[in-house]
Amino acid sequence: MSGRRSRSKQSSVSRITDEQIADLVSKLQQLIPELRRRRFDQVSSSKVLQETCNYIRSLHREVDDLSDRLSMLLASTDSDSDQAAIIRSLLM
Amino acid sequence: MDLHNLNPSSLKSRFTTRFLRALTEINARKPIASSSSPREIFQRYRRIKDAADTSMAYSVRSRRTWSKATLWRLRTPSHRRRLASFGRRSSLNKTRTTTTASHRGAVVVQITSRGGGLGVQLEELRELVPGGEAMDLCNLLDETAHYIKCLTTQVQVMRTIANLYSLE
Repeated sequence: MSGRRSRSKQSSVSRITDEQIADLVSKLQQLIPELRRRRFDQVSSSKVLQETCNYIRSLHREVDDLSDRLSMLLASTDSDSDQAAIIRSLLM
Repeated sequence: MDLHNLNPSSLKSRFTTRFLRALTEINARKPIASSSSPREIFQRYRRIKDAADTSMAYSVRSRRTWSKATLWRLRTPSHRRRLASFGRRSSLNKTRTTTTASHRGAVVVQITSRGGGLGVQLEELRELVPGGEAMDLCNLLDETAHYIKCLTTQVQVMRTIANLYSLE
């Protein structure tokens, strides 16, 4: 990808083939829970992009909600340094 | 989420370590009173959210346009960002190669346009993915896939931490 980027300084649209776009779009489709089950159906690129936008927006909302929740939780915890150690040991 | 078999060099554990460290710092910076004002809680929310986004951007192995854009957004004061984006937007309407300077060096961007019905969704996507407004179509789709993977990891870990904290 980076090779293409530096080589194609004056490239036109035709360098990017429809197939490449279709590949990238189907790769995206696999990542979106809504569309993953419809793997064998023909999902239009437009739908994939639309669902991608919706999915990213919902992920942003979740980050917001979780940050909010964490800020409340931090307010009510005392010794979080050993809690952090506990979590670290759980997750490592 | 399986908690016990984490690969120590995975994105998930890199993010978790960074983020937990940041949370500890945020907590240590201001002594937490049980009667924090709404404003203090909002500030803490902002710090936590920025820490989460920054931690993830730092944790990616190969630096991506979106991760660089995230770090730039969070670390550059807004007045310098406004000047930079003014310069970037005025050259977006041209279709030749343009060079945009980020604080880490030069980033060569190329604008390609694709006709058809994808226009509106692509514009939306460009706004959602950090740095998206300057990517060409291939890079935009590729970066989006990576961005989504990282965002889902970020959400998973944040949720686990929040659940563990609320068990207290």
